[in-house]
Amino acid sequence: MDTVVLLTCTGLGLGALYFLVASGLSLIFGLMDVLNFAHGALLSVGAYATWWAGTEGGMGFWLAVVFGTAVGTVAAVLLELVLIRPLYNRPRDQILATVGVGLAVPALLMGIWGADSRPFPQPAALSGTVGLFGAIVPVNRFVLLAAAALVLVALRLFLSRTRYGLVVRAGVEDRAMVTALGIDVRKAFTLVFAIGGAAAALGGALSGLYFGSVHPGQGTSLLIFAFVVVVMGGMGSVTGAAVASVAVGLVQQFANYYTAAGLGDLSVVVLLAVLLLVRPRGLTGRLA
Amino acid sequence: MTDSSFLTSGQTDPAVGASSATSAAAADRAALLSVRDLRVVIDGLHILHGVDLDVAPSGVTALLGRNGAGKTTTVKAIMGLVPRTGSLRFAGTELVKLPTHLVVRQGIGYAPEDRGIFAGLTVAENLRLAERDGSPAYDLVHELFPELKQRAGQLAGTLSGGQQQMVAIGRTLLNGNRLIIADEPTKGLAPKIVAEVADVLERAAATVPVLLVEQNLALVRRLAGTCAVLADGRTAHRGGTAELLADEEAARRLLGVGRPAPAATSVPGPAPTPTVAVPPPVVPTATVTKEVAP
Repeated sequence: MDTVVLLTCTGLGLGALYFLVASGLSLIFGLMDVLNFAHGALLSVGAYATWWAGTEGGMGFWLAVVFGTAVGTVAAVLLELVLIRPLYNRPRDQILATVGVGLAVPALLMGIWGADSRPFPQPAALSGTVGLFGAIVPVNRFVLLAAAALVLVALRLFLSRTRYGLVVRAGVEDRAMVTALGIDVRKAFTLVFAIGGAAAALGGALSGLYFGSVHPGQGTSLLIFAFVVVVMGGMGSVTGAAVASVAVGLVQQFANYYTAAGLGDLSVVVLLAVLLLVRPRGLTGRLA
Repeated sequence: MTDSSFLTSGQTDPAVGASSATSAAAADRAALLSVRDLRVVIDGLHILHGVDLDVAPSGVTALLGRNGAGKTTTVKAIMGLVPRTGSLRFAGTELVKLPTHLVVRQGIGYAPEDRGIFAGLTVAENLRLAERDGSPAYDLVHELFPELKQRAGQLAGTLSGGQQQMVAIGRTLLNGNRLIIADEPTKGLAPKIVAEVADVLERAAATVPVLLVEQNLALVRRLAGTCAVLADGRTAHRGGTAELLADEEAARRLLGVGRPAPAATSVPGPAPTPTVAVPPPVVPTATVTKEVAP
């Protein structure tokens, strides 16, 4: 029982990380048809910015998380304005450009801070454990879950209650028609990139908490599973991404524990294949 | 109050006569939108080779032509939804370099061929998305289409074709547009709904000029004072609608419709499709049955 509880909490924590990356990825793809392979790089930027602020910058942990998220957001906006926007009519070049950024940023981080993992500052309040149904669960799992739940609620409120949320939902369906109503849909593009970058950078900051360290390839390794989540959840669907994140995180943890290590990662891909055979449009097939 | 009021009551700009029939003289006045030498090339294919078109400053101007003549492409080119060259002068402003959203903000409402409804949004959200200024004319839209008010919370994807068309036209009436472009608004609709849409277009045209793409010639005859006919991506004819439709030979040559030609001039390919019958113009006293719940 205690093993199951621990595995569940760890799986949910991992799922929360996947969701933070996948929600932005899904919205960006749904609205803009951009496969953002640089999304993992945004996570790494957030992770390193938080780590830098928390150690060399001398900030407290929460302030460092805010700083890291802000840096990731700015990086995402710059990425959209400088690299994505000029290439809107050239989708292949756009993919190549994001792949390039996805490779260059980890290399840059490695060049500056080295390839080794850096220990991540852990505030005392979050480094402990709590007893839950006889299991001893690290507190940071719950921090991740709370953050992901907060982002999910905030995104849903943004999509359902605000004018820009309406533009995003409509744009996911038919971008050209949105412009034909007199709306400059490019502003929504930048906004969605900012939101996706913020969520990914927050995920990066919290991944440092989860893994206890940061390394340059952190984002890239999480990105693969985030793509699985996006495909499973349905492109452009935030709620679908949340459900798929939980499924992927749990399957991965349980399979890794009860079968051979590494089989959990494989089982996620099998899960994806089965789902695509049964429901080709993903879990929801629609937004929100 | 019967529905006949819907056809005759209020909302008419005092400056504009209630009659929507455009006199031939309208064509002589300065055009609201002047399209000159409009060309469209998509993926190396020349779709439009030089379309000339004048939209009259009042009433309905029809854009006609056989299937594949380039009507929808012309409209999309005006909206900036396809890359285009040429000249598009709209009330003194050149549109050809403007992106779509700025074309729309010049005051052009667009109801596209496939209606362009957002299926996953509610009716109210579809309309809200189209709001451009502080005072959207919901009074007018809800008066014309009471159903849109009743169905405000319904997902637009679950509406019937006619109701979706109401949303599409309603969106163009929400803002104080100077021109409405409607691309085959009656396509695929039941005859009763066609009559309803026609009434709304007629009433809208009393205050806002309309550029209407339409295959339904009975409707064109009733609404449009002037017209332009496209053939193979070029303008083949411009003039009064009544004159064109009265000239059986020209109508058949340009539009591929009308009574079968004398044996000498056989029409190549499949027989031309007969014109869809439209109920005669509804006189104000007639009652248009509408499904209005109490």
